[in-house]
Amino acid sequence: MEDFSCDVLIIGGGNAALCAALCARENHQNVIVLETSPKDWRGGNSQHTRNLRSMHIQPTDVLSDSYSEDEFWEDVWRVSGGETNEEYARFVISQTPQIIQWAKSHGVRFQPSLGGTLQLGRTNAFFLGGGKALLNAYYKRAEQLGIKIFYEHEAIDLHIQEDECKYILVKDKIVNKVSQWRAKTYIVASGGFESNLDWLKEAWGQKADNFLIRGTKYNQGLMLKALIKEGAKILGSPTQGHMVAIDARAPKYDGGIVSRVDCVSLGIVVNKNAKRFYDEGEDFWPKRYAIWGRLVANQPEEIAYSITDSKVLDKYMPSLFPPIIAESISDLAKKLKLDEIILKQTLNDYNQKVVAGNFNHTILDDCKTKGLEIEKTHWAQKIDTPPFYCYPLRPGITFTYLGVGVTKQAEVIKQNGEVCKNLFAAGEIMAGNILSKGYVAGFGMSIGSVFGRIAGISAANFNTKRGW
Amino acid sequence: MEANIQNEQEIYELAKQSCTICNSCRYCEGFCAVFPAMESRRDFKYQDIDYLANLCHQCGECFYACQYAPPHEFNVNIPSQFGDIRAITYEKFAFGAKFGKFFNKNGFFASSVLMLCIFVLFLLVFYWNHWNLSRISYKGNFYEVLPYEVMVGVFSVVGILVLGSIAIGFMNFFSSLKEKEKINLICVFQGIFDALSLKYLGGYHHEGCTYSQNSRSNTRKYFHHFAFYGFLFCFVATCLGGFYDHFLHQSAPYAFLSAPKLFGTFGGIFLCIGTLGLFVLKLKMDKRLKSLKSMGMDYAFIFSLFIVSLSGLCLMLLRKNDGAMVFLVLFHLSAVLALFLIMPYGKFIHGFYRIAALIKYALETKKS
Repeated sequence: MEDFSCDVLIIGGGNAALCAALCARENHQNVIVLETSPKDWRGGNSQHTRNLRSMHIQPTDVLSDSYSEDEFWEDVWRVSGGETNEEYARFVISQTPQIIQWAKSHGVRFQPSLGGTLQLGRTNAFFLGGGKALLNAYYKRAEQLGIKIFYEHEAIDLHIQEDECKYILVKDKIVNKVSQWRAKTYIVASGGFESNLDWLKEAWGQKADNFLIRGTKYNQGLMLKALIKEGAKILGSPTQGHMVAIDARAPKYDGGIVSRVDCVSLGIVVNKNAKRFYDEGEDFWPKRYAIWGRLVANQPEEIAYSITDSKVLDKYMPSLFPPIIAESISDLAKKLKLDEIILKQTLNDYNQKVVAGNFNHTILDDCKTKGLEIEKTHWAQKIDTPPFYCYPLRPGITFTYLGVGVTKQAEVIKQNGEVCKNLFAAGEIMAGNILSKGYVAGFGMSIGSVFGRIAGISAANFNTKRGW
Repeated sequence: MEANIQNEQEIYELAKQSCTICNSCRYCEGFCAVFPAMESRRDFKYQDIDYLANLCHQCGECFYACQYAPPHEFNVNIPSQFGDIRAITYEKFAFGAKFGKFFNKNGFFASSVLMLCIFVLFLLVFYWNHWNLSRISYKGNFYEVLPYEVMVGVFSVVGILVLGSIAIGFMNFFSSLKEKEKINLICVFQGIFDALSLKYLGGYHHEGCTYSQNSRSNTRKYFHHFAFYGFLFCFVATCLGGFYDHFLHQSAPYAFLSAPKLFGTFGGIFLCIGTLGLFVLKLKMDKRLKSLKSMGMDYAFIFSLFIVSLSGLCLMLLRKNDGAMVFLVLFHLSAVLALFLIMPYGKFIHGFYRIAALIKYALETKKS
């Protein structure tokens, strides 16, 4: 059995892992990063991200206006329906301004927000070129600083004794060999378990067969499994996560941003039975897209159809897949294999109950329905001008919230309340400390960056104190 | 023929698919003009693809940032796919498209053969005129080697033909891009200025592009400036030479500090540096970014510019050496003539197409 020893061993290769690696290295540690994917696919879900949410008191070069800690916190509170940890959430929020500066000083470039960004220019700082560009910058800096990166090395198990992690088992996927790796400290930043289809099925049942994974295929959750086995404190439910409604035709993995559908609030959404099931105009789409994944997941056969007409064609972002186009509702029903009579009935009912108003998609306007079982409260216009357009929707998982409890120093907490001294966690794997329901765009990257840096520094401090 | 058409259509469809993906992703919008131009469209016609491709410098910045770049199944590779499209546009809009096809397919080989043929022809003419003469001293006078009438005759005829073809190619391309936009002089100047300053080869905030490998620098921009302005200087030197000769009746050789000589010398040196630099960068370039369709043409162009500048410089230095001078004059003139002849069909045209695309971009940006 070979012995790979180093000061700080980092499991994972995404944003949180790289933030941790860089911070540990800059605190004079000898650092190894284990990335389970090949180099081309490195970075986990971070490669699909675009921005991070940050508070700021006055306009900056990348953020407009101001966004206070309180407002940020209220946004988190609202989307999670109060199911969040205020102390931890505020802890992350208060550190977001520093992480932008820190990212910049490590080669990440930000840009003023331009087109198609869901009006997030005030709250979110956009990476120039997106998450993969951010990762490229971090990896480059890591290589310059002498951090050793092992691709196609998958951590498959870890061993905790008393309050210390003793070793991890690593599979070298190139030669298919498992060995023990030891370090003075370990940082687990290997993401959630959203790519593990068996585990999803365990949590969701048969439904999971129809789920699409928006991100990487490499987040198998093996470290999470190992932490559960070794008695770490586990937070959240395996069915909770960031799940949005995406184009049903997207690939099983790595569909990323282009699989999104932006026209839900402009039309109606029906299920397999050709019936509406939720208020499509409840709030602005960016504030509601994160609940629609679960809504669709709970419909028969986990599918839904967003239907609009030609009036609103230029009001939403084009997407990768062309819409299904039909000249009449019967034609549309045939193409979607929906019951023609019921679909016509649903549209008729809806059209009759639309109250005339001034349509304005940029505000919560006064176009609504009156007298329906499920009302549409904004942007309700009659769907009567062919051609009709339809996007089929499926639940698309971005990441799961089931995670491991950590202290504010990112140390892993055990079920019995003890703290593991040399084992830290950052990123999606501990996002459950803050998120247990709902999602605000860009918060995952904020949590990953803040806790990634803390984990790196904590690991270095621990090693220094112990006098290694 | 049939297979070729099919292939071209495939290339366009592939590029269209990538544009559709880019347009619903938009992460790259901060990089260059290509992405904002994409965003102003919902779907892409072939002429849109021609336009977008000619805004692209094939720098790789978007490729390295792309979550959908190969090995992803979406296979988005803008630098390489647009490189293929550009090669097609150079051919499609050229005057006498058949020549274009020939050169594009065999870029490097065709231009080398052409140059050698011309060189042999010049040699024949030379020996025809000098076969009965014993060794004479040319005293650096080029017209002793190739008669004044032949030189001026050949070059003016070829020059006019080439200029005409380039102008027709440019107009063909531009009118295909242009839709309803009204031509606006400010936009025209803006487009020309952006082309001459290589604005979009500077990347975001002039920090440079990721070319030739995944690290950012402005090297390519500088070499390109050397090459282009070197070429321009040489062109100016030639025009000045003609002017001095015809109107001022001062014949060459000129003093080192005279205008034609200064432009010629510095132009030649710049062009040498620029083409060598671009050649080395192209060799080092990440193979994933390469466009196989335009590769031969690119090398042929760089090579012929280099040969022209190097032979010109050698000629200047070895003018007094009769033996060398004869061959150098004939060689240099052959190289220049070959370069001229392939101009409307080869990579040279890219500058004009870029200007056309940038004018269109300026018009579009102004409209919105």
